[in-house]
Amino acid sequence: MAGHGLPHGPAYEPTTAFGRWMDARLPIGRMMYAQFIDFPTPRNLNYWWTFGGILTFFLVAQIVTGVVLAMHYQPSAAAAFDSVERIRRDVNFGWLIRNLHAVGASMFFLAAYIHIFRGLYYGSYKAPREVLWIIGVLIFVVMMATAFMGYSLPWGQMSFWGVTVITNLFSSLDSIWKGLGTTIVEWLWGGYSVSGVTLNRFFSLHYLLPFVIAGLVGLHLWALHVVGQNNPTGLEIKTPSDAVPMSPFAVSKDAVGMFAFMLLFCWFAFFLPDYLGHADNYIEANPLVTPPHIVPEWYFLPFYAILRAIPSKLFGVIAMFAAIGVLLFVPWLDTSRVRSTKYRPVYRWFFWLFVFSAVALGWLGSKPPDAEYVFWARVFTIYYFAHFLVVMPLVGWFETPLKVPGSITEAVLGKEHGDKKLAPAKS
Amino acid sequence: MATEAEEPDRRDFLVLAASAFVAVGGAMTLWPFIQQMNPDAGAQALAAIEVDLAPVKEGQAITVLWRGKPVFIRHRTPEEIAVAKAVPIKDLVDEYARNDALPEDALATDPNRTKDGHENWLIMVGICTHLGCIPKGQSLGDAKGDFGGWLCPCHGSHYDTAGRIRKGPAPRNLEVPVYSFLSGTKIKIG
Repeated sequence: MAGHGLPHGPAYEPTTAFGRWMDARLPIGRMMYAQFIDFPTPRNLNYWWTFGGILTFFLVAQIVTGVVLAMHYQPSAAAAFDSVERIRRDVNFGWLIRNLHAVGASMFFLAAYIHIFRGLYYGSYKAPREVLWIIGVLIFVVMMATAFMGYSLPWGQMSFWGVTVITNLFSSLDSIWKGLGTTIVEWLWGGYSVSGVTLNRFFSLHYLLPFVIAGLVGLHLWALHVVGQNNPTGLEIKTPSDAVPMSPFAVSKDAVGMFAFMLLFCWFAFFLPDYLGHADNYIEANPLVTPPHIVPEWYFLPFYAILRAIPSKLFGVIAMFAAIGVLLFVPWLDTSRVRSTKYRPVYRWFFWLFVFSAVALGWLGSKPPDAEYVFWARVFTIYYFAHFLVVMPLVGWFETPLKVPGSITEAVLGKEHGDKKLAPAKS
Repeated sequence: MATEAEEPDRRDFLVLAASAFVAVGGAMTLWPFIQQMNPDAGAQALAAIEVDLAPVKEGQAITVLWRGKPVFIRHRTPEEIAVAKAVPIKDLVDEYARNDALPEDALATDPNRTKDGHENWLIMVGICTHLGCIPKGQSLGDAKGDFGGWLCPCHGSHYDTAGRIRKGPAPRNLEVPVYSFLSGTKIKIG
């Protein structure tokens, strides 16, 4: 699939009789070899590129732990809260599996945000990787839907009121067409308020959507392997010396990144399993009492801050969804000729300002909606959108990029080596 | 890379060590995912029950639920006891007592199926040893089979008045659970 036409290791040769028999019928081994062993990988990938593998791991881990939890969880308003407590106390290793799943969701988002920022920094969305990027944004959206519904399942106070607040976002459509929003909200709820009926359908969808994500990840990888990986220089692979075979080079580097990230994951899962959640979720859902301060999970906070920053209900909702939707247009909003921010002296400052804004919005989202906080949330919301709609088109247009190396090899080994035609790195 | 077959080198050691690490780590990670399907603490907490036998008159039987299974408790008549005692071991399909309180090789004599001094009480798990149906014979109007005990309606296994298999496809006598008399009329099962 890779368009480089760069031969690397020895060609695939099945070693067993069964392998040859299979190869003539369903050459899955040949495909795996070409795509995941011998696949030409830029030789200069840094550790930010290990997050794709880490995300794949977390998708699988969430599905495995989730399937196990579904064996013990009861999706009804009467039994949900108690069944989660039973998982934590009674089920053999239930405490472990439940912690891995809950903390795993946070780690999944942490890795996804790092992956997204890496793509933004190195211009991984630019031609010919637009479709790859758009599929990534879609994965992000489905991930958020999955996480949101998953958070409703323990049926604590935050679950219940989080669902109430977020589903009520759609009621803002009443101001466009009378009754439209209410109709949608009641359809989502399956009643006139959030109830066990809502919980039941959210459980069903929470089980379904990860497989939708898995399908999208398949497309994401397919698109990636058609256009090849971007890299810190933003240059394409041009000669064999620009690339190394994926195994063992990229694979072992991925393993190092994975182990480092797993340490963080295990630290939270074993020592701080509830740190990333909210204490109010250990109070069973009560439709008559709203907690004094509703906060979503940390990974939704920036978008929550944007929602609250806008004084109009409808436009707040629109801004919140637009904050994600704008990502779809990034490939065309960035007018720079150079991919990697490494060679963009002006844009680099704006990039870090954007990172700061996103983190600041996250912090502000966790604060009560008081005047000062709302003021700063507005400032950073304005920059959030300005970054995409103003900075990206304009800076790309007026900025003079630094000198870009002639090739990946030259960037790694210097000019004189780059001139010689180096043999590909041997496996 | 391909050197001649020689002494194991550093690379061989690293591959071996890493593989061992992966195997042990993998097994340790896998274990909780297997163990989680075993009976949980809540199920284990229900493992023992107490039953009051006073209301059960001679000739009557009751069924109680223990660990989700029916337990047959029959207040046997002297005739039923006498019939059960008269059966020679060699006439039995399964010659072992299947009494969880006794060694596995205890023979299926009538005393081995009950408790000393309480031989009028026959207490067994009421699940046919063939394929898990619940035999008939607890209610007065039930068919009790050719041997006056129980008859499994699924595939026609006949049990006698000591709950021993006598005829039909079932391979073993009905299981006698561990139980004890707390007083003259009160037992604890489990």
